[in-house]
Order: sequence, then structure tokens, then C-alpha cells
Amino acid sequence: MISEILQRSINWIDVRFPVTKLWKDQVAEYYAPKNFNFWYYFGSLAMLVFANQVITGIFLTMSYKPSAAEAFGSVEYIMRDVPWGWLIRYMHSTGASAFFVVIYLHMFRGIIYGSYRKPRELLWLIGMAIYAALMAEAFLGYLLPWGQMSYWGAQVIISLFGAIPFIGEDLTIWIRGDYVVSDVTLNRFFALHVIALPFVLAGLVVAHLMALHEVGSNNPDGIEIKDNKGPDGIPLDGIPFHPYYTVKDMVGVMAFLAIAAVVVFFMPSLGGYLLEHNNFKPADPMVTPTHIAPLWYFTPFYAILRAIPHKLLGVMGMGLSVGLFALLPWLDRGAVKSIRYRGWIYKLFLSVFVVCFIGLGYLGMQPPTPVSTMVTRILAVGYFGFFILMPIYTRIDPTKPEPERLT
Amino acid sequence: MDEDQENGVTRRQLLTATSVAASGLGAVAAAVPFVVSMQPSERAKAMGAPVEVDISRLDPGHLMVVEWRGKPVWILKRTEEMIERIKQNGEQLRDPDSEESIQPGYVDPVLRSIEPTLLVMVGICTHLGCSPTFRPEQGDPEMGHSWDGGFFCPCHGSKFDLAGRVFAGVPAPTNMTIPPYYLTQNQHLVIGEDPNNTGDIA
Repeated sequence: MISEILQRSINWIDVRFPVTKLWKDQVAEYYAPKNFNFWYYFGSLAMLVFANQVITGIFLTMSYKPSAAEAFGSVEYIMRDVPWGWLIRYMHSTGASAFFVVIYLHMFRGIIYGSYRKPRELLWLIGMAIYAALMAEAFLGYLLPWGQMSYWGAQVIISLFGAIPFIGEDLTIWIRGDYVVSDVTLNRFFALHVIALPFVLAGLVVAHLMALHEVGSNNPDGIEIKDNKGPDGIPLDGIPFHPYYTVKDMVGVMAFLAIAAVVVFFMPSLGGYLLEHNNFKPADPMVTPTHIAPLWYFTPFYAILRAIPHKLLGVMGMGLSVGLFALLPWLDRGAVKSIRYRGWIYKLFLSVFVVCFIGLGYLGMQPPTPVSTMVTRILAVGYFGFFILMPIYTRIDPTKPEPERLT
Repeated sequence: MDEDQENGVTRRQLLTATSVAASGLGAVAAAVPFVVSMQPSERAKAMGAPVEVDISRLDPGHLMVVEWRGKPVWILKRTEEMIERIKQNGEQLRDPDSEESIQPGYVDPVLRSIEPTLLVMVGICTHLGCSPTFRPEQGDPEMGHSWDGGFFCPCHGSKFDLAGRVFAGVPAPTNMTIPPYYLTQNQHLVIGEDPNNTGDIA
């Protein structure tokens, strides 16, 4: 009886809106490769974190005041006086770092399994646009607590645009809306952080999923399951996303939430890695903290900026270190996509890259010394070498033959 | 119709292209107010008034900080010995005679001041806008034994001498900025105004 009413309701909707068709095309009859492993958790986790940021963000705006005079105090008010305000704020601040953790792992998955290769170049580029928008969103949001690191971090990053020849200085004034980082800057960063960029991000996420479902998911073997279809037109190595991967992703969600809860409840500033100590002091335009560094997710690029003793070249080097990811589909000339069938040369370069990325990330957090600057320069060479030499070493790499079917 | 096709463009194509172009221009024109609204407001522009400071109690070798246009301005009373050290720098500097740096024409290009002992300088690094730290000691343990006193930017390691002149091999491209300023007769310093504006030259 009840199921009959339900079915009739769905039929009523289906005539007017394709709800069943959408469900089938995108979920229940979207065939994904059957061999997804650990690395395939991070796409769905990224969406989970995005939802967390939007929801906690909405509730934070109910108590936050975007003015230089009140911003710092309103964050303290959220932490001390708003019921459960501390939890909502820590979920948001931890979520920001968690977002980058899952995005970096998601990107690494794409790199090791060649998920950016044809026909997924555009899928990768949309992902890179999401990454860029996410970096902008994180940077804008970091000014809002109006602490010392907020203020001086914004001062440094906005000044990066000042290195652009001819228009640089005017551009920085236009971004700030003032001659220094001020109340005006804070107010507009708030607008961009809570309205403009979340819209852009949501749109890009939809585009990313549409492109993914058009070309189909890659997999750890890096071969196309659409090359082997059964008589019914369904890939022989494909399984429906629901229930197989919805259930698998729920396992990932549980594990992720357990780890995130430990951070939120027991170590929300994580020794200064998630919330920097100096940001517990209100912004003071007269005094720069003796050591300033961005949060960990920007430090690999920040280290490169710092190691180049020239203003414009430093900014270009930093921009290049981020932008080169977008060129991967065209730099990689390997005969195979997946690391499973790559040879030792590729694996060596990839290992060097990982060491350099983590090493740069660490050095970018430390105060600069002559020795660390030299080490940073060496690691930067390894970092750029991974990309710039890729057309050569992927071609001469002794690859193994790919299998016909998933293994 | 036949006439149009001879030219290779139908009337419909021409009208479509013209409408698209006109709409594009309209869209650009409509964007102008929004883009320009992000420029500094009239209120922000009006905040740049000069500030007057009493420096009669500033001791030699000491630095004081005042706010001008939201930026820190340093006032350093240099000792004779500091001035000697500044004059010895040269080889290691990127722009020893301040040819590419921002400073009023009436300050000395080497000592970068009107009076040799009194340095007035915007305390913002010309690299990415941090405020450097004052490290006057020769051979400061954190700066190394060859350090001759000056300013060090903690953000990206830029170094400046006691006249705000940048050393070579650091990210900052130019010497630190000297604002317009003058001294009044009663040992007051006015920052943000040239001396010839008032005729009141120290």
C-alpha cells in the first residue's frame, strides 16, 4: 500500500522532472571500474568537506562581524559566548586543512594512475580550477579572524601582485581598496569568501562530476573499461556506483570522520599547524611577527618564492610551481598511464618529486637561514625537474605491457 | 538574398554578429562601475593626511615608530659611528646611490636623510610588505659576524643597512622608501609633506 503510493508519487514527478533518470544515469547505472582501492576515497571525501565548510560557514556568519574593529572580538565571542560556537568554528578551521589533505591525496591519485591522460584532460583542468579556487578561498578566509598572521599573510600575498610589471602597484591598491590592508580589505574579502568563491566552487564541482561521468572513471590499472563491453553494452569490468561504491565510500567517510573528530575535539590548533599561535593576537599594522609563514598547504610554493633572490622571478617561480600541474596531460608521453606498468625511471622521478614536495613544505614553515635556503633551492630543482623533464623520461621509461582486462 | 550570398554573408549572419558585438560592448560597459567600485573610496583617500611628531626626546641609537597612512614609519637617530659604518657599505649593496629607489629629491642618496643623523623611513620591506626588524648591533649573533647593523626582514630574509639600502642577493628589489618629510624649528617632525610646500625648512 505504502510502496504503491510511493511509486505513484515518483511516477508523478518523473513526468515532470527526470528524477529516476538522473538517479539511474548518474548513480545506480553509472558503471565504475571494479578495482577501486584506497586512493579512490578522496573525491567523495572532498565533497563531504566542502559540505562541512558551507554549513559551518553559514552558521559562523551569523555571529561574525566583518570589520577591522570588531572581527577579532567577534571570533572570540563565537569561541566563548555562542553556544557550541567553539565546535562550529573548529569544524570550519579544521575542515579547511582537511580540504587540502584530501585534495592533495586526490591529486596524487590522479598522478600515479595517469587519470589526467586522454580522454580526461579537461576533467583534470576543471580539477585544477577547483584547486585554484580553493586556494583563493582559503587565503580570503584566513584574513577574517583579523589576527597578526591574518593581517601579515594578506599583506604578503597581495604584495605578490605588485611584482607584475607596470600594473602591479595599481593592481594591489585595487585588490585592497586602500593603500594598506584595512577595514575595506577585510569587508570585501568577507564578501568574496562567503558568496563569490563558494558559488564558483560549487559550479566547478558540478562541471567536474559532469566531465567525469561523461568520460568514465579511470582506475588503478589505467586501462579503459569501455574497451570491453558485454552484449548488453555494459563494461564487463564495471560495477554500478550504487550500491557498490556508495557503501565503500561510507567506510571512508567513517574513518575520515573519526580522525577529524580527534583533531576537532582534542587538538584543534594541532601545535600551530592548523591555527598559528600568532593569530591569537589581534592584527597590528605596525609590527610584523618575527616569523611569518602561511599555513602548511601553501608552504611548498612559499618556500620556492623565498628561495629565489629576485622579486618578480620569485613570484613567477611560485606561480609556475602551482601552474605546472595543469600541464601534466601534455607533459606525460608515457606508453602506459598507471604506475603499475611504469618503469623504474618514472618511479625514481616521482619519488624525488614527493620528497621535494614534502621537504619544501617543511622548509617553507621554518625561518629562513643560509643553509635552509640552499637546501630549498636544491629541492626546487627536483620539484621542477619532475615536470620539465617529464616529456623525456616518460618516453624512455622501460614500461611493462598493460593488461587487456582489469587485474 | 542572392545579393547577400554573393558577399558570402547572409543578412541574418550579419545581424547576429552585430547584435553579439553590441551586447558584448554593453556587458563590458556594465562591468565598469563594479570594477571601479573596488578602487579606494573618497574616505580611504582622505586618510593620507600628514602627521606631526615630537622627536626632541629621541636618544641617539634609538628607533621610534609612528603610524602614517596605516603604515609604520621609523624615526632613527643615528650615531656618528653608525654613519661611518653606512659610508663603508657600497660593494655589497644592490642600489648604493638610491637610483632606482623611492625617496624625495632633497634627501642625500647615500645616507638617505636630510640631516645625517636623522633617518625617517617607511618601515615596510620593498619585497612583499612585511615590516623588517631593527638589528643595530655589529656582529649580531643571529645575523652572523660580518653583520654591520641594519634591518632584517623575517618574512623572506631581505637585509638593509642603517640607511635602508638593500643588500645584493636578497629578494627585495630596491631600497626602503623615504617619505616626504621636514623638520620644524621646535624639533617636530612632519611626515607626509615636502619642505618646500610650507617654506619651513629645517
